[in-house]
Amino acid sequence: MVDNDIVFQISNINAWYGEKHVLKDISMRIKQRKVTALIGPSGCGKSTFLRCLNRMNDFIHNFRLEGRILYKAQDLYSPETDPIEVRRTIGMVFQRPNPFPKSIYNNIAYGLQIFGIKDRAKLDAIVEDSLRKAALWDEVKDNLGQNGLALSGGQQQRLCIARAIAVNPEVILFDEPCSALDPVATAKIEDLIMELKNEYTVVIVTHNMQQAARVSDYTGFFMLGDLVEFDDTKKIFTTPANKLTEDYITGRFG
Amino acid sequence: MKSFLDRRSRQRIFERGIHAALLLCASLSIFTTIGIILALFFETFDFFKEVSIIEFLTDTQWTPLFVDKHFGILSLVAGTFIVSLIAMCVAIPLGILCAIYLSEYSSPRFREVVKPILEVLAGIPTVVYGYFALLFVTPLLKSFIPGLSGFNALSPGIVMGIMILPMVSSMSEDAMHAVPSSLREGAYALGATRFQVATKVVVPAALSGIMSSFVLAVSRAVGETMIVTIAAGQQPRFSLNPLVPIETITAYIVQVSLGDTPAGTIEHKTIFAAGMTLFIFTLALNLISNWLKERFREEYR
Amino acid sequence: MNRLAYNKLVDRFFKLAALAATIVGLVFLFTLVWDIAHDGAGRISWSFLTSFPSRRPERAGILSALVGTIWIMGLTAVFAFPIGVGAGVYLEEYTKKKNLITRLIEINIANLAGVPSIIYGLLGLGIFVRALSLERSLLTGALTLTLLILPIIIISTREALKAVPFSIREASYALGATRWQTTYRQVLPVALPGILTGTILALSRAIGETAPLITIGALTYIAFLPESVFDPFTVLPIQIFNWVSRPQKGFAVNAAAAIIVLLVLTLILNSIAIYLRHRFQRRIRW
Repeated sequence: MVDNDIVFQISNINAWYGEKHVLKDISMRIKQRKVTALIGPSGCGKSTFLRCLNRMNDFIHNFRLEGRILYKAQDLYSPETDPIEVRRTIGMVFQRPNPFPKSIYNNIAYGLQIFGIKDRAKLDAIVEDSLRKAALWDEVKDNLGQNGLALSGGQQQRLCIARAIAVNPEVILFDEPCSALDPVATAKIEDLIMELKNEYTVVIVTHNMQQAARVSDYTGFFMLGDLVEFDDTKKIFTTPANKLTEDYITGRFG
Repeated sequence: MKSFLDRRSRQRIFERGIHAALLLCASLSIFTTIGIILALFFETFDFFKEVSIIEFLTDTQWTPLFVDKHFGILSLVAGTFIVSLIAMCVAIPLGILCAIYLSEYSSPRFREVVKPILEVLAGIPTVVYGYFALLFVTPLLKSFIPGLSGFNALSPGIVMGIMILPMVSSMSEDAMHAVPSSLREGAYALGATRFQVATKVVVPAALSGIMSSFVLAVSRAVGETMIVTIAAGQQPRFSLNPLVPIETITAYIVQVSLGDTPAGTIEHKTIFAAGMTLFIFTLALNLISNWLKERFREEYR
Repeated sequence: MNRLAYNKLVDRFFKLAALAATIVGLVFLFTLVWDIAHDGAGRISWSFLTSFPSRRPERAGILSALVGTIWIMGLTAVFAFPIGVGAGVYLEEYTKKKNLITRLIEINIANLAGVPSIIYGLLGLGIFVRALSLERSLLTGALTLTLLILPIIIISTREALKAVPFSIREASYALGATRWQTTYRQVLPVALPGILTGTILALSRAIGETAPLITIGALTYIAFLPESVFDPFTVLPIQIFNWVSRPQKGFAVNAAAAIIVLLVLTLILNSIAIYLRHRFQRRIRW
């Protein structure tokens, strides 16, 4: 049963917003250092599912979850689990770029400072390293004092990725990271995601099927709260097992 | 990892401390209310040991500071009532017309300039209005009404009405603003004039919001102190004549506070009994106003 | 006259009436300012600002009242700002679900905002002057005004916090920040201009309050300056009230001059608030 490759073992989770049943009996295993894409029509529950993985749904007051999510051997929802530690290990990049209204430098340093890292040289090094990994360093190295909100949308999103990398997480969750970006910026983010899987486990929610096909190793197809199919990306996009999946990826609905 | 956990457990204690401190700040408001009730209640209770509640509510004279003591709150209530009534006669029609003009007729530019200027009226200290009522409005009114006393209910009533006007107009306008424009468009499409739309569609639709502003305005008028203390006089009188000196509940509290009435005497306890009366009036008005506001909010959710 | 023309006429008449009503407030305001300037401007001088009150109107000044007002404002700000912001933060950031206690606190704050200021004076008299034996001191005055303006600060703090986009909080939490780190380091700095604006407007209300301070027993005649927070005091509005209540014409002139000083102080506070609001509204676009 113990498989070192598996980072998330999700067993029979159900979720509700108030009375609304949004995730229905979902089980899934997510592998280490791979890109797993979650696709499906809007409102299918894929983003909700993603947010279950680092307990970002805690902030929605009528949200309720049943079932078990194991991260490595740790039950993410057991009372002993500290959601702060969970989110430190499992980072997230959001749909719309959301840099803090602060300098580029402080955007990245914040995550480190809140964990007590004050050493300026160390901060400088990590800021540079994270910006390099996020392929943003060359564009901003002379303007680290500039406000993060002054960057273009694509740059902002890469800044958010750098910010997530800086705290050295094991997993990065992407919630439709390119939906607010133009094609050129999207291509840069996609390249970056493929780079990142060498060091991190990546889970990405996208409404763009080509994107899922391009960047991911595994793909899960969600519809109306059900996980319809989950398999190798290649298989999903060439010989899907389920009729619904086929209809969706061939563009018959969604 | 070890040091990280140490950090977390220290951090968790810190977070809990912060949470407790913030909760304390928030609950201070509850303590304030309890404090108000206790401060008023004890002295009022003592007061009613010496004065029967029947006398308090039915006697028409209020003379605690004289040798022949009477404790009939009605004369202070009458003074409060007549001044508030005059204030409302000024504030309500002007306020609602002003709200209709700003919401339905005026250009956005005019509105942007006029609204903040009107709100300045609400920010002027009340002692300034008192000065104006006593030394400008009263002499001015005297030239029309020869029988007007130097202290009277009319002048402070009018001035108070103008002071409250921005509150009425701004709250009513917000209520009218919240009326969906589809309702207006429906009426305009039928060939209605702005007047008809305003009076037959917008005002009825916003009525509970507008009423809420009226009730709150009454509450403000009842609790207003300095204008009446300065310009209305210090003669409790069970009468609704606006031309003669009167005294309101609030002005009486100030009058006693300024004097050297020792604490613990019946004279001094009267201000708490008067304060309790005032508190009950304004609380009831505020509750009604909030209830109307909630009702309005529910209609347009 | 046909129906349509009649309707139009009514409409035009009503529009004029409504415009007239709007202008009444403006005319009143300008008359008030003109009257006070006319009565008092000539009396303003350096010696008026730096003299103690006196029985002779032409020698009287507002020094003790002005200093008292500055003391009271400073102390009230020091007490009210942290408590009000703390309460606002608690209600907006720390209560995910609306439970009974937070509901109760909310209703309570809404009601406190409508309690007449003189009732706060009786509260101060009962609690601070008597129960805590703080006497008629600056401390009593500042604490009373603190309770009076807390609801305003709490309400404006909550508005300012509500305007901060949730995405900022999400970004911070996703990095493993705690609630307080997120609030203190990300949310509060963004909300600060709004909070400061609300606080300054609350203080500009406190600066003009007269009744609660009279009720707690602030003096109307003081010929010395307070040296500690336990000293008795007077403030500008009380000095104005005292002068207005006297029959001599000279004191009325003094009152008008003191009103000008009070209005200028209020105006300065309001301008700072408006400046802050404009300055920071422009800077951040999401």
